[in-house]
Amino acid sequence: MLDLSYNTIVVLLGTALLGAGAGLVGSFSVLRGRALIGDVIAHAALPGLCLAFLIAGRKNLTPLLIGALATGTLSVLLLTVLRRYTRVKDDALLGTIRSVFFGAGIVLITYIQNRSTEGSKAGLTSYILGKTAGMVAADVQLIGGVALAALVCVVLLYKELRLASFDPGFARVQGWPALLLDNVQMTLAALITIVGLPAVGAVLVAAMLILPPVTMRFWTDRLSKLLVGSAIIGAAIGGLGTLTSAQYSLLPTGPVIVLVGTAFFVVSMLFAPRRGILARAAALRDFRRMLLRQRILSRLYEYAEGPTSEDAWLTESEVATTFDITPAAARHAINDAVFGGTLVPRSSAKGTEYGLTDAGWDHAALVVRGERLWQRYLVEHPDLAGQLVDLDLTNIDDYLPADVIRKLEASLAAEGRLPETSESAASQASAARRQGGRP
Amino acid sequence: MQPRTTIAADRTSTASLTPPILDVHDVTVAYHQRPVLWDVDFTINSPQLVGIIGPNGAGKSTFIKAVLGLVPLAGGSVRIFGGAADAVRRRIGYVPQRESVDWDFPVSVLDVVLMGTYGRLGWFRRPKAADTAWARECLAQVGMADFAHRQIGQLSGGQQQRTFLARALAQKADIYFMDEPMAGVDAATERVVFTLLKQLRAEGKSVLVVHHDLRTVEEYFETVMMLNMRLTAAGPTAQTFTPANLRKTYGPRLEVLDAAAEAVRTKQRSD
Repeated sequence: MLDLSYNTIVVLLGTALLGAGAGLVGSFSVLRGRALIGDVIAHAALPGLCLAFLIAGRKNLTPLLIGALATGTLSVLLLTVLRRYTRVKDDALLGTIRSVFFGAGIVLITYIQNRSTEGSKAGLTSYILGKTAGMVAADVQLIGGVALAALVCVVLLYKELRLASFDPGFARVQGWPALLLDNVQMTLAALITIVGLPAVGAVLVAAMLILPPVTMRFWTDRLSKLLVGSAIIGAAIGGLGTLTSAQYSLLPTGPVIVLVGTAFFVVSMLFAPRRGILARAAALRDFRRMLLRQRILSRLYEYAEGPTSEDAWLTESEVATTFDITPAAARHAINDAVFGGTLVPRSSAKGTEYGLTDAGWDHAALVVRGERLWQRYLVEHPDLAGQLVDLDLTNIDDYLPADVIRKLEASLAAEGRLPETSESAASQASAARRQGGRP
Repeated sequence: MQPRTTIAADRTSTASLTPPILDVHDVTVAYHQRPVLWDVDFTINSPQLVGIIGPNGAGKSTFIKAVLGLVPLAGGSVRIFGGAADAVRRRIGYVPQRESVDWDFPVSVLDVVLMGTYGRLGWFRRPKAADTAWARECLAQVGMADFAHRQIGQLSGGQQQRTFLARALAQKADIYFMDEPMAGVDAATERVVFTLLKQLRAEGKSVLVVHHDLRTVEEYFETVMMLNMRLTAAGPTAQTFTPANLRKTYGPRLEVLDAAAEAVRTKQRSD
């Protein structure tokens, strides 16, 4: 049963605010390709916490967090310097710096715990994997303050941060201090990471920055929605994770929050419309089917150009052998075309045969025209083959200038190989493409 | 072959009174103490279309970035309209290489074009309806009006390039720097770029274009800058784009020279 005591509410509020702030700030980190830097800062914060404890002598939150921030910042500085003056690859640098600082932190924690009973009571180990039980109102205020600061910065600097994350070079040419904007974003990420340490722990706090935006990215193509959605998902992950771990008092909070976040991520990855794996598979299947239908239509068109128009009829099994596909796939393609009004059945000695309808003729002419124009274009400009981009066979007019098309058409017409296409069919096809996004 | 359009070099008599549009003096750039550009001297006194050519790794992009202040100078100086680049940011338009950004970034085509207006807007202010209308107009100029609300990742390479061009137009600049705007784009887009270059030139603007296709240099550019770590030649295309200069720039590498030689032969035939 849910036990919504005062303590639980405080903790819940804290982790939800943490999640919201981390989601907001993490969106920019992920977009900027800096997701791992949050992880480095989090690991590097550990030795700072311990040193602050050794100096302050007791577990007082403010000096601990200042210590954490100090070594966290040091790690980023070190990263920047090494990146500039050595040629060690980025991933190697990130991995090394993170491990070195984290290792130092573990050594210090062990030293503190062995040194005195006070040390073992301080519970510094909870900073490794996170423990929300000890969270008090002051901690929540701190988290809330950082989250609010993040919100204010993002609202005020929305335009600037968007530009500097998308195209820092262009931003600099326009006169924006891209480095300063980068630092604003990095500082926010560092702050939210540090205040999140007690609740989620050094090992996993970076996941709070990464999981919400990568989850939300499946659902939207707009930055504004990504930011709002990430904040909401972050809050939900934090809250749900806390409630779950509260039910099993032995579980550290960090791992539970990360598992809840992973569930959000996996569901989005599979089921999101358009960007999800299933939607992508379906789109790919539809595209292949469309190409197959186009090939069937163009084949019938070419048969009809031949000496006997009687050839312009195919049975299901003839379609299957012609295009080397299974009978089921052939049936499916034919049914789609009949349903779409481009093919019509008739019965004959061979069984049911399919031929082009009037609309089918129009469409087939468009496809054949596209096919032949492309072929002719490639023969005349073989060096340009690499430029051809995602196309079905009806969209050549989007890729070649009108005068080039006219020349190609003239050369095909001279050989009597230019299909007669109707203007309306062409403009319909092009309108459908513009509406529908990528074909 | 269609007749080449010759654009008369427009040398105004006031050129000596006003500061040069672009004055690059002895610019040297080094990465990790290794120089990639040596002592490049180049001046534009009147509006013109400048093609920057040279082999891979010759420092063409680096030159543009050095002029714009994106990479530090190891030596030399750059003045644009008589001032430092920082003092004239509003008058500079920029089309970076298409590969320089993440096209999966969650912004629409219109969002990207609006970025061109940010320089005029200044801190904290959001684009107004007038800015959006202007951005749409720029999109229409590159034939992309129908794509305003698409996410940029759902565009073809040529359409992405046009989006970048529209963003540069939205800057309302007086001098434009374009880094390989015609690399890997479809023929229709190349035509759009060329038309745009001519239009900007007609409006009295200067455009410096890093270009890779030697066959079109003479058709597109009135001035050519030939780079191979140093400036091998620069000047009016008709006098500068010669086999001797090409050999100086590209070295005796045949496959490149064949294309160039063919271009020169075609030119001689048509003259």
